Amino acid sequence: MKLKTLLATLALTTALTLPGLAMARPVTLTTTLNTYGGDGAYLALYVTDASGAYMGSLWMAGDKSRYYEHLSDWYRATGGDTAQVNGITGASVGAGRTLEITLDLADSLFDAGYTLHIDAAVEDMRDSPNEVAVPLTTAGAGTPVTGRRYIASFAYDM
Amino acid sequence: MIRALHRWPGLLALALVTVLSLSGAALSVFPAAERIAAPQAEAGMTVATLADRIQGAYPGVEQIRRAPSGRITAYWFDQGTPGAAVIDPATGQGAASADPNQTQRWLTNLHRSLFLGDGGRIATAVGAAAMLVLALSGTMLVARRAGGWRHWFARLRGPLAGRLHVEIARIAVVGLVLSSTTALWMTASTFDLLPGGGVPAMPVGVSGETGFAPGQMLLLAETPVAQLRELTFPYPGDATDVFALKTDKGTGYLDQGTGALLAWTDLSVWERVSETIYMLHTGQGAATLGLVLGLMALGVPAMGVTGVVVWLAGRRGRPRIRGNQSAGRAETILLVGSEGGSTWGFAATLHAALTQAGQSVHTAPMSAFAPERYAAANRIIVLAATYGDGDAPASAKGFLDRLAAADRAPDAPLAVLGFGDRSFPAYCAFAKAVAAAAEAKRWPQLMAIDTIDRQSPQDFARWGGALGDAMGVDLELSHQPVRPVTETLTLVSRRDYGAEVQAPTAILRFALPRVSLWQRFVRAGFARFDAGDLIGILPEGSPVPRFYSLASARRDGFIEIVVKKHPRGLASGQLIALEPGDTVIAFLRRNPGFRPGRGRAPLILIGAGTGIGPLAGFVRGNARQRPVHLFFGMRHPDSDFFYGEELRAWQKEGRLTRLVTAVSRGTRPHYVQDALRGDAAQVAQLVRDGARVMVCGGRDMAAGVADALAEILAPTGLTPAVLKTEGRYVEDVY
Repeated sequence: MKLKTLLATLALTTALTLPGLAMARPVTLTTTLNTYGGDGAYLALYVTDASGAYMGSLWMAGDKSRYYEHLSDWYRATGGDTAQVNGITGASVGAGRTLEITLDLADSLFDAGYTLHIDAAVEDMRDSPNEVAVPLTTAGAGTPVTGRRYIASFAYDM
Repeated sequence: MIRALHRWPGLLALALVTVLSLSGAALSVFPAAERIAAPQAEAGMTVATLADRIQGAYPGVEQIRRAPSGRITAYWFDQGTPGAAVIDPATGQGAASADPNQTQRWLTNLHRSLFLGDGGRIATAVGAAAMLVLALSGTMLVARRAGGWRHWFARLRGPLAGRLHVEIARIAVVGLVLSSTTALWMTASTFDLLPGGGVPAMPVGVSGETGFAPGQMLLLAETPVAQLRELTFPYPGDATDVFALKTDKGTGYLDQGTGALLAWTDLSVWERVSETIYMLHTGQGAATLGLVLGLMALGVPAMGVTGVVVWLAGRRGRPRIRGNQSAGRAETILLVGSEGGSTWGFAATLHAALTQAGQSVHTAPMSAFAPERYAAANRIIVLAATYGDGDAPASAKGFLDRLAAADRAPDAPLAVLGFGDRSFPAYCAFAKAVAAAAEAKRWPQLMAIDTIDRQSPQDFARWGGALGDAMGVDLELSHQPVRPVTETLTLVSRRDYGAEVQAPTAILRFALPRVSLWQRFVRAGFARFDAGDLIGILPEGSPVPRFYSLASARRDGFIEIVVKKHPRGLASGQLIALEPGDTVIAFLRRNPGFRPGRGRAPLILIGAGTGIGPLAGFVRGNARQRPVHLFFGMRHPDSDFFYGEELRAWQKEGRLTRLVTAVSRGTRPHYVQDALRGDAAQVAQLVRDGARVMVCGGRDMAAGVADALAEILAPTGLTPAVLKTEGRYVEDVY
């Protein structure tokens, strides 16, 4: 199965077991925001390959597509295509809150040069593309990283 | 229909629109404050210069934004630490914190979503829609009430709450329509119901080089700071990234190695419209307009309160009709034309009294007029209020059409009673139209048309007596629209007149009653009154109050009235018999329509008999020596020249400019209207100079005065009706 379509369906499969996804495992992505003193943050979680090319989106926190342009790297990579986050969109995340999502991710995503990115934006505050960029490795799982402006800690656990 | 469209959204959405308008008014201050506080770029400064300065101060700059207020904010990273500041464009240095104002953020979230996310956004949109419906229905009601669009700013009359409501509304409505329409647009835009714009696709053909200073880029050097929205710097170390520029014209990308423009997209029409609407709603970029809209929004809570008062007053006046008979069996058909509901109260009283007198009565709105069903009817009684400039009130819609369409008038004779306010030019105009239409149809008459001024229980009781006579039953109508809070007044002194002309009359002076702190605070009851206000006297043996015009104001320190004994008058008989130390039960009723008003325009006061009372009070209170011309009609100077001595003294003190008297008994009978005609040239000149005419006395005298004035004013092109519309001709008639 092509990776891109695989990724697009991944988020939908948290409660389902699809045939052909035997080589996948549940991964929990935990994003905790710092108390930056603004409204709820929009977050785009997506994956690029070793060359930096956009592969697919994992989650979109924030449901008003008119604000997506402020997630500027994601927007540039996708052209603002909302189909990329169809069905994997949730509410924006308030300051100091934690977003926890569990996805079935393909084993082939790990230790293969892929990078998970988070773009963040808050109304009337700075846009923060590439807030977080972590390589997807089995060794790196469970190791929290800090974002540039809004994210106090991000970690993926398998 | 329109009234219901105004009432129900108003009552249901009251709390919501109050929250929205108060938060909106508070928010309107911020754009203006930001405009004042933000350091502004000097005229003609370019984005290139600005970018250069900021980059000099903050080498790690990522983005520069300019708010419509002119405030410039820069965002940077300094050795991995994010930074942001409001920039002074003259230096490129930070001048203030860029953190969002927490109060503004809190208010914004309250205003747009009540802190309830999307559900809240929909709720506030419903509030905006309710506001729009209220504004539009209210506009139509005001136009209808004033008698057309031309009279939009016409003088208002009637009870205070209603006047305040319209007074605020006709100014604030513009802002409220604008704010609510733009609010709905913004909600639609937030929910992606409107087409938006797009950002141009990232250009592929970048030079791959880096290091071209933004200060050297041609486009940036051509773009004034005033047009800037946003300049985003390329990601450090990424040669494929570009400069992104947003201005109020469009969006484009610039190569970081050559400074060349790689792509440009103009703002779409939709984006321009959306931005204009955003500006109109928030005041961001139009701070003064924002403040004006905020002020207008403050009218909403005031209109909410007055609107509820008007509604409650209407409800209180609408009682239940008990024992209503069917239209086919009733001997008396009672048809009611009411707008606010107070006429229904009178109808209920009449219904009850007639039922008590053994009649079977059917009471219905005039709009339900169905003569073919009144099989057993012996008489038909119409109680009709008037709406606005002579229109049918709500419950009488279609009555005249149905009467005109009927083959013939009913056989049962008709009595029409009009309800109105004499200070309106179209006093009881609808009732008069009904009477005229009935006459044209040759509808037999039970009684001539009569009128009730300002819900007077006295007028109503008198008309009830006449109706009883016409029907051959004893009918006592005691209708008190709102139960007043009464006081006991003690007589201090009396001066007697009129014994010689068989018309015993007295000027009665009562002590001021004690006023509670609360009354003083809310200025209720006798805590505040002026000459021309009314006191209702409740005579022993009748619940129906009799009203007398006050000849004194609170600051005079006493309560004074002029009372003439009527042959069968219950109240006047008891009053005339009072000796100092005796008491009466009384209450105060304000009469704001009958006041001289502020200003220096001359006053023409016209009165006869006891009608001198309030006029004398005005003269007594004229310490500022405004020109006052008093025309006073009496029977004989030796018997009923009320206030004769005081008037002379007041003239000396300059409180009264001129006194013209007319004596009706004697060799040459002379009435006050004759005195006016005798002075026609001067009266016309005074009116041309803006004089205000105030008439007080009996109905016949008032009618005579109106005729005389019409003649006198004919050469000037003015009429008493025109003066009435301008509020320059007021009557207090009994």
